[in-house]
Amino acid sequence: MSDTSAVRPDVAPRPPIPEAAAPRGLRARLRGPLRPIGGGLALLRESTVAMIGAGLVGFWVVVALLAPWLAPFDPNAQFVPFAPPGAPHPEGGTFLLGADHLGRDILSRVIWGSRTVLFYAPVATGCAFAVGIVMGLLAGYKRGWVDDVLSRLSDIILSFPILVLYVVIISTFGASGINIVLAVTFASAPGIMRIVRGLVLDLRNRDYVAAAQTRGESTAWIMFVEILPNARGPLIVDACLRLGYTIITIGVLGFLGLGLPPPDPDWGGMVNQTRSMATFAPHMTIFPVIAISSLVLGFNLLADGIREISLKD
Amino acid sequence: MQDHATHEAPPGVRAVPDAEPVLEVAGLAVSYVTRAGEIPAVVDFDLTIRAGESVALVGESGCGKSTVANAVMRYMGRNGRIAAGAMRFKGRDMLAMSPDELRRLRGNEIAMVYQEPFAALNPSLTVGRQLSEVPAVHHGLSEAEALAKAAEILADVRLPDPERILAAYPHQLSGGQQQRVVIAMALLANPSLLLLDEPTTALDVTVEAGIVELIGEIKRKFGTAILFISHNLGLVREVCDRVAVMYSGEVVEEGAVEDVFTAMRHPYTRGLFGCIPVPAADKHARPLSAIRGQLPLPHERPRGCNFGPRCDLFHAGLCDAGPVPMRDAGDRDDAAGSSHRARCLRLDAIDPPARRRAARVAQTGAQTGDVVLEIEEMQKHYPVFDRSILAMLQGRSVRWVKANEALSFEARRGQTVAIVGESGCGKSTFAKVLMGLETATDGAIRFEGDDIAEAPVTGRPKEQVANLQMIFQNPNDTLNPSQTVGGQIARVIRKFGVERDGARIWARVYELLDLVKLPRDFAGRMPRQLSGGQKQRIGIARAFAGNPSVVVADEPVSALDVSVQAAVTQLLMDIQRDNDTTLLFISHDLSLVRYLADRVVVMYLGRIMEQGRTADVFEPPYHPYTEALLSAVPVADPSIEKTKIVLEGALPSPLDPPAGCPFATRCPRKLGPICDETRPPDHVRADGHRIACHIPLADLEAVRPVFREAPAPASAA
Repeated sequence: MSDTSAVRPDVAPRPPIPEAAAPRGLRARLRGPLRPIGGGLALLRESTVAMIGAGLVGFWVVVALLAPWLAPFDPNAQFVPFAPPGAPHPEGGTFLLGADHLGRDILSRVIWGSRTVLFYAPVATGCAFAVGIVMGLLAGYKRGWVDDVLSRLSDIILSFPILVLYVVIISTFGASGINIVLAVTFASAPGIMRIVRGLVLDLRNRDYVAAAQTRGESTAWIMFVEILPNARGPLIVDACLRLGYTIITIGVLGFLGLGLPPPDPDWGGMVNQTRSMATFAPHMTIFPVIAISSLVLGFNLLADGIREISLKD
Repeated sequence: MQDHATHEAPPGVRAVPDAEPVLEVAGLAVSYVTRAGEIPAVVDFDLTIRAGESVALVGESGCGKSTVANAVMRYMGRNGRIAAGAMRFKGRDMLAMSPDELRRLRGNEIAMVYQEPFAALNPSLTVGRQLSEVPAVHHGLSEAEALAKAAEILADVRLPDPERILAAYPHQLSGGQQQRVVIAMALLANPSLLLLDEPTTALDVTVEAGIVELIGEIKRKFGTAILFISHNLGLVREVCDRVAVMYSGEVVEEGAVEDVFTAMRHPYTRGLFGCIPVPAADKHARPLSAIRGQLPLPHERPRGCNFGPRCDLFHAGLCDAGPVPMRDAGDRDDAAGSSHRARCLRLDAIDPPARRRAARVAQTGAQTGDVVLEIEEMQKHYPVFDRSILAMLQGRSVRWVKANEALSFEARRGQTVAIVGESGCGKSTFAKVLMGLETATDGAIRFEGDDIAEAPVTGRPKEQVANLQMIFQNPNDTLNPSQTVGGQIARVIRKFGVERDGARIWARVYELLDLVKLPRDFAGRMPRQLSGGQKQRIGIARAFAGNPSVVVADEPVSALDVSVQAAVTQLLMDIQRDNDTTLLFISHDLSLVRYLADRVVVMYLGRIMEQGRTADVFEPPYHPYTEALLSAVPVADPSIEKTKIVLEGALPSPLDPPAGCPFATRCPRKLGPICDETRPPDHVRADGHRIACHIPLADLEAVRPVFREAPAPASAA
């Protein structure tokens, strides 16, 4: 469509458009929120790296969703301690990946463990982003003393070694799912805030923000409606990377014995409980380790791929 | 001072016709390989530049003019390639050269100057280091010799105090000084060919005038052949001997500047000239006429004439039959002198235009409406905190940037008031205070009777906010990229409570799209799917959505191509007239201001130097600054002759403005110490024409007009 042709007096008659109907019908509105996801998947095909990452992540998501049907046995039931991979199960079937020192089927525990990690990692990352985004928007948009206070606060938190921070928080408040979420939020939010603040410092000078200001929009509207959606690109990449880190964190906490309380399966906890026996029964340690690595690798590849695609155009 | 300040524009030194050709390009075709396939950016391009000659390439963005320059430099990126044609530099075949030979050629014989000087200089090295590198590397001079050579060349580009500049880092220089350094760097190797790609586009108009004069001097002094790329026809007329007009990858018209500019033959060239306002005429004397349609994409060029779909003289069966060759378009019969050619099959149907007269129509000035906006002694100062210990000990930790000082003017209903001045004059600060994004330090802004000077936008009543809206400069920035176009307009309607019901809001959105002459289905589009001109139209629709009584337009068309500029300007004026809206038009483009404004306010360093009806401001008596501004405007119309004034020195810091007249440090008409010490009084003339100057009014009245009708050249019968 040309620009100047629009002022031609002899311009072709416009296609008829219903005069007073909102442009989005019910169907369009229902499809609305899903459309970006569909478009996003189509875009992913442009990058092999992103497709491999999405494949790995997708695999674990499906496994977690279908855990009750995929797992051959009860993950907490004890059968044959130290059964090697392929050993027959007393009730029929095989221990495909063997059994641990308490005789629990490792395959079932890895499958059920994916539920734990794929629940707590996104929830913890989501909380960290919610806090970090609000702090970053406030600091970057309001500037002045708000920025000073929030930035110094985040500097203080970032100056602690993260692992020490986790250990202190969890050992003070006790090992539980909610405390893991709180610890991850506390430790990651400052980093997210830094990223958001940087993006906002650039976006706040755009003319469309000035346009919103000149029509008297509230600070919240400008921050969340005018600015935040335009910062989404870098934030999506960062979210993928951070999901990977959070999975490692949950694993590490489990490994340190600060993870989710037993007996529910938790990949980090499985590594921790079996590592001393890894010399003579390595299968008990190796499979949970592979599970953690593949999921983290999936998120990292996905982040790389999304960044590659976003740089293309 | 006076004598040499107002000499006539020197006619370009004509190159000897049989001088050795420096660059010969024949049948050049350049393509870029992209994901979408091979895109032919330039097709069949011919050009010859002789020593001492300057040739201009003009055209709008996307016409391929920069591609030609990059092809000459053989610097086309990884995906560009020369698909066909021949290129000879001083008789040597450039296409057969090895990369090593090319590199030597680029360093020694061909130099290029780009648009943005600050991007061409390395910020972490001193100017001296960067300049002495060229003679040290290419000519093997010692460090001391190289520095001496650098100092010499800086004097050649008219930079005062070369020693200081050599020791300075790029950020310590102004934009104009940086561009002079870049040109000096290009001249160091004493090149035979200088490519200038929009060298003044990023600079202020008075700075531009200085660079234009410098380019003329270089041509005379060094005999360098110059290829000057620009979209500004006025500049081309001042700088060049010959011109090639490009459209969609090919040259459509070429010839000597005076031939093409007085007797343009190709319909596109004529269209371009119809799009630009001339500073000697207003909207009543000569309305702008936009070119309809849009530049075709390189892979969607029509069959036959590329300009066919936009041309009024298009003849089906003739113009779309096949490739159109260049034809002789000379109107002079002496066969030897005519090199004027155009790519049009219907040249015979086009008469050379009659010499246009800058008709002067008495302007009404639209003084009739009520006063809507009254600014009285408005002041805006920004604090600058100096946190050094020394400053604290001396008790000088806060200093003030005086962005606006004692602004007083008024705007009436339906009037267009232009605020002009160069960057840093405080015009954007004023807009911010008016819109309530900042609050004034002192003084009053009365908007329909209410003082809003100290009310931030969040503290103003909704009706007041709706009544005072703004159009922004940058088309790529004015719309939120993550919201639909319709949604952004609808938000304004909802916010200001113009309509409340969903269906009625959308009906109003469609009405507004009709108003800015865009199709209604644009409502569902995202901003990235729109062209620059279309985005700017949406920006206009959004500003008018709340039925405002005053609209502030901050350089609304300066980022658009000329043909689009004309259409958007016309649209803005039509909507303003139909709604009886007051328009505050902030601009640095005096031609455009002359074209559309009823009143003009000239600002310099935060103060108003002159204000009055447009016709009064554009004719003597002028404030000396207004005179300098006007004379810096490049004029494309050959029937106009103008005074040439180049301002010396740089803009003083607003932290420490001169105590007397702010313009005293650069004024070519400065009287003496009184200008430095005492604030100038306002000379008040009829119709609110005020000039703040110490020079007696009678002397200012005696100044020659900047724009004069040129005596008819003997050759044009």
